[in-house]
Amino acid sequence: MFTDLPLLSLLIWLPVLGGIAVLVNGDKNGWARPLSLVISVVTLLLSLGLYIGFDNATYHMQFAEHASWISTFNINYSLGIDGFSMPLIILTTFSTVIVVVAGWEVIKDRVSQYMAAFLIMEGLMIAVFSSLDAILFYVFFEAMLIPLFLVIGIWGGPNRVYATIKFFLYTLFGSVFLLLALLYLHHVSGSFSILDFHQVSLTMQEQIYLFLAFLIAFAVKVPMWPVHTWLPDAHVEAPTGGSVILAAITLKIGGYGLIRFALPITPDASMALDWLVIGLSLTAIVYIGFVALAQSDLKKLIAYSSIAHMGFVTLGLFIIFRIFANSATDSGAILAVEGAMVQMISHGFIAAAMFLCVGVLYDRMHTREISAYGGVINTMPIFSGFAVFFAMANAGLPGTSGFVGEFMVILAAFQANFWYAFLAATTLILGAAYTLWMVKRVIFGEVANDNVAQLTDINRREFLMLSSLAIIVLAIGLWPAPLTEVMHASVEHLLTQVSQSKL
Amino acid sequence: MDQLNQTLLLTIALAPLAGSIIAGFFGKKIGKVWSHRAAIYGVAISFVLSAWVLKLVIDGASYNETVYQWLQAGSLSLEVGFMIDALTAIMMVVVTFVSLMVHIYTIGYMYDDDGYSRFFSYISLFTFSMLMLVMANNFMQLFFGWEAVGLVSYLLIGFWYKKPTAIYANLKAFLVNRVGDFGFLLGIAAVLMYAGSLDYVEVFAQAPAIATQSTELFAGHSWSVMTVICILLFIGAMGKSAQVPLHVWLPDSMEGPTPISALIHAATMVTAGIFMVTRMSPLFEFSETALSFMLIIGAITALFMGFLGLIQNDIKRVIAYSTLSQLGYMTVALGASAYAAGMFHLMTHAFFKALLFLGAGSVIMAMHHQQDIRKMGGLKKYMPITYWTALIGSLALIGLPGLAGFFSKDAIIEAVSYSTIPGSSFAYFSVLAGVFITALYSFRLFFLVFHGKERFDAEGDHKPHESPAVVTVPLVLLAILSVIAGDFIGPILFGDFFATAIVVHPEHNVLAHVADEYHGIFAFMLHGMMMPAFWLAMLGIGFAYFLYMVRPDIPAKLQQRFSGLYRILENKYYFDAFNEKVFAGGSRMIGQFLWKVGDQTIIDGAVVNGTAKTVGAIAKIVRKVQTGYLYTYAFAMIIGLWLLLSYFVV
Repeated sequence: MFTDLPLLSLLIWLPVLGGIAVLVNGDKNGWARPLSLVISVVTLLLSLGLYIGFDNATYHMQFAEHASWISTFNINYSLGIDGFSMPLIILTTFSTVIVVVAGWEVIKDRVSQYMAAFLIMEGLMIAVFSSLDAILFYVFFEAMLIPLFLVIGIWGGPNRVYATIKFFLYTLFGSVFLLLALLYLHHVSGSFSILDFHQVSLTMQEQIYLFLAFLIAFAVKVPMWPVHTWLPDAHVEAPTGGSVILAAITLKIGGYGLIRFALPITPDASMALDWLVIGLSLTAIVYIGFVALAQSDLKKLIAYSSIAHMGFVTLGLFIIFRIFANSATDSGAILAVEGAMVQMISHGFIAAAMFLCVGVLYDRMHTREISAYGGVINTMPIFSGFAVFFAMANAGLPGTSGFVGEFMVILAAFQANFWYAFLAATTLILGAAYTLWMVKRVIFGEVANDNVAQLTDINRREFLMLSSLAIIVLAIGLWPAPLTEVMHASVEHLLTQVSQSKL
Repeated sequence: MDQLNQTLLLTIALAPLAGSIIAGFFGKKIGKVWSHRAAIYGVAISFVLSAWVLKLVIDGASYNETVYQWLQAGSLSLEVGFMIDALTAIMMVVVTFVSLMVHIYTIGYMYDDDGYSRFFSYISLFTFSMLMLVMANNFMQLFFGWEAVGLVSYLLIGFWYKKPTAIYANLKAFLVNRVGDFGFLLGIAAVLMYAGSLDYVEVFAQAPAIATQSTELFAGHSWSVMTVICILLFIGAMGKSAQVPLHVWLPDSMEGPTPISALIHAATMVTAGIFMVTRMSPLFEFSETALSFMLIIGAITALFMGFLGLIQNDIKRVIAYSTLSQLGYMTVALGASAYAAGMFHLMTHAFFKALLFLGAGSVIMAMHHQQDIRKMGGLKKYMPITYWTALIGSLALIGLPGLAGFFSKDAIIEAVSYSTIPGSSFAYFSVLAGVFITALYSFRLFFLVFHGKERFDAEGDHKPHESPAVVTVPLVLLAILSVIAGDFIGPILFGDFFATAIVVHPEHNVLAHVADEYHGIFAFMLHGMMMPAFWLAMLGIGFAYFLYMVRPDIPAKLQQRFSGLYRILENKYYFDAFNEKVFAGGSRMIGQFLWKVGDQTIIDGAVVNGTAKTVGAIAKIVRKVQTGYLYTYAFAMIIGLWLLLSYFVV
């Protein structure tokens, strides 16, 4: 029944048009909040149709739609999803509901614009994950940033202009290379279809240039070391909702891009340059783990923690070549890629939850300095329960989703090289150290000052959003199979693609 | 062989979880009494059914099935499942029994605490986690339980979250355990790589094939794969079972409430490492290097942690160092391939050490939360039940023939004496010398607390009095087990109780030598009384009596005479100072350096903002060209045209 509906188009345009409606309606009649909630919830429910109607057995694009857009250049409105994009779309629709709920009471100025920005962004992000035409992808890839810039630029903190410009320049720097790469691939293949790009044969030199272009474009998004410094600044200045979307979805576009473009289009270059990505990923895990330890600002700490966690995504994606070399079966490589995917999804939920927790505290205390807190558990016991739970998930405790991806990638990394696993596993110590040390300083202890003494515990709205995230984090941790099942066919197809030389 | 019922096993594991959820989420609504009832019923069900399972296992039943598939990747299937054999069954009984005792005891110990329901929720959650750990049939679930008990330990050490020392200790405990888990996880990854599975049975079947392989971790140095796997796994055990140098968290864990010191930090969780290595005996048997490594680490822990117990004045810390030392004994047993003896000592230790801790808790209550043994004394007449049970616990600990500790400890000492694994003579010396030290610190504590002058000020209502029945009944039950548990030595060590669960290669089978001389428990006791261990223990008691009852001035003099040595012991061999400075301080310094220099100065300062500045600087120059005057532009156009023309024409 779902295949008859143009479900992907609905998922893209419902929030976009809904967002415009919210914008047009304005702030006068107080409909902005309920209307946004209804739109985001309906979008979420519709997106569940993707999961229900999804065929796990095939790697072919599903829910495909096709229409000509700019026929002169053979640019098409071509949509479709596979096991990589589908979970990311559901993550997007879920996160948007959370963001709408999170901004419910907190955003008091220009509510309709705020809500509209997130709804439009939702549609654009879904479009990024479902575009099968390179130009369509590129347009949404860029357009998605506009609402995010606005969110940070308008509702952001005092230093928001610096953060926005830094973010903008960084991403623009990456996008230029992406556009060049896409145009070159069009020149070679005569098409803008991403699936055609997968088929086109390329020389090693072409592949190297294309790969580097993809890597620069997507490494900025992930973000990988050393192009990561925009993220802490952007997070610090962004309002809570902006941080949630930034951490939960925007970063994932980087990982998704590597899966959709770099690996299948330039497999030989990916193999030849895997040392580069592996090296940068391990640097992200270890170096950033130490840097996170030194942070005194809650949001910066979580931002750095995000970078370290995303290191597992890029590590998982690029150790596959070394595993192929060492192993007779492909289960190690499957473990690596699926681990990277699980890590992306899980990080989406956990980082969102961590930023929401900071938001809860910030709304009450108007500071993010760790030293301004202490003994929060005395006045906010329920909140503290959630905070400790999500902190444990962030530290990769088994039984939470944070464990699954890291566990899979570390198991796989061992099959590539002992020392990769060794360095990656340091996250067990570093991740626990920076997360739980923060918990100790913020949550535990005697009430540190009068401000903490006057804190009130979370209300029902906050309880609702934190508990729904907690349930998901726990569910994925206890039973990740339903999540990984949808990926199997696509992952195996990707591994076939990367193991066939294009030379 | 009979197959056990899956519902039965699920009930055992999940009943405490249900109790935990009820007490944890609904504790405020249902009140204190129903909170502890929910938790206690859950654990009681678990205990009764575990005992039933043990009986069925003795009758020949077993179980090894998947409950559900956790994850699948290619041909690899990760599952949650149970494997029940003699090893598992005995652990289940020990865990649920001690847990039940501690649950009941907690009613008395914690009743006035604001976090009463929360406490019950945690200890029930612990019981669930520990059961998942021991009942696992694969490494993934083992790791799950392993970390889950670590989580509960973290929550319980920091139970009194207002105490700065408690929240320091729980962070320290978690991080030190994570260092162990770091090795453990790599060990599991190694198992997966070489065995292609994480299922126990499949991995153990692969063991002989793995044993023939070697690997190069450092170029040019070939290592046996099995040695790498076993040492990595054992690093995990070193964290959880607090072996030197990862022992530093255990003494600090005493910041938690006393019932959990008994349950988690003495009887059950800290023995998880011992259980794990025993479970992995089919692997460890193939690596003599790993066995030797365990032997030496265990021997160091057994002896040197015992010394520290001699100078502690906090009642709980003395017992904590005693636990460290006894864990060292168990590790020595593992290193000598006497896994069954290690497990046997684990079991008897669980009873008498839980007894000692709970007894200490009873004393602490009587002393109004005073824990300094220098401010106690003469408590015998006020609390007779605590006194007699503590005496039984102490005698069991030092290994008085007839009590449980004697059988298990003597078996270890005897077994090590037959071992030929490198390091065994050092280990033999350590465990033997450790017997004297154990007796000395145990009875120093015992005499200072229960005998001699009353060194506390208390009048009228504040006079110490015996604890209520919820406290003393568990003490009595544990005391009974501390007496009789040793009688099972025959079947457990020398019979075929562990025959299918533990693998020992013939050339390592030291327990067979001990068995040759075993002619029933009375003969074993008589034999024991003629061995040096017994006399060393008696000597220890004698010394303790002389030093702390007859001539209490001597210890002070000794302390002055050997002040250098005393300072080393007082600073616990400087492990804490070293970790605090080098690891904790060093990490923070590296973090600051990478952040300030790497991120801010180089990446942001030089590259990112540098690029922006360069663009700005160029723009500044270029801007001068855009003067806004028509003649400047006209002039520029003419020059440009001239340049182009000359390029194309010439």
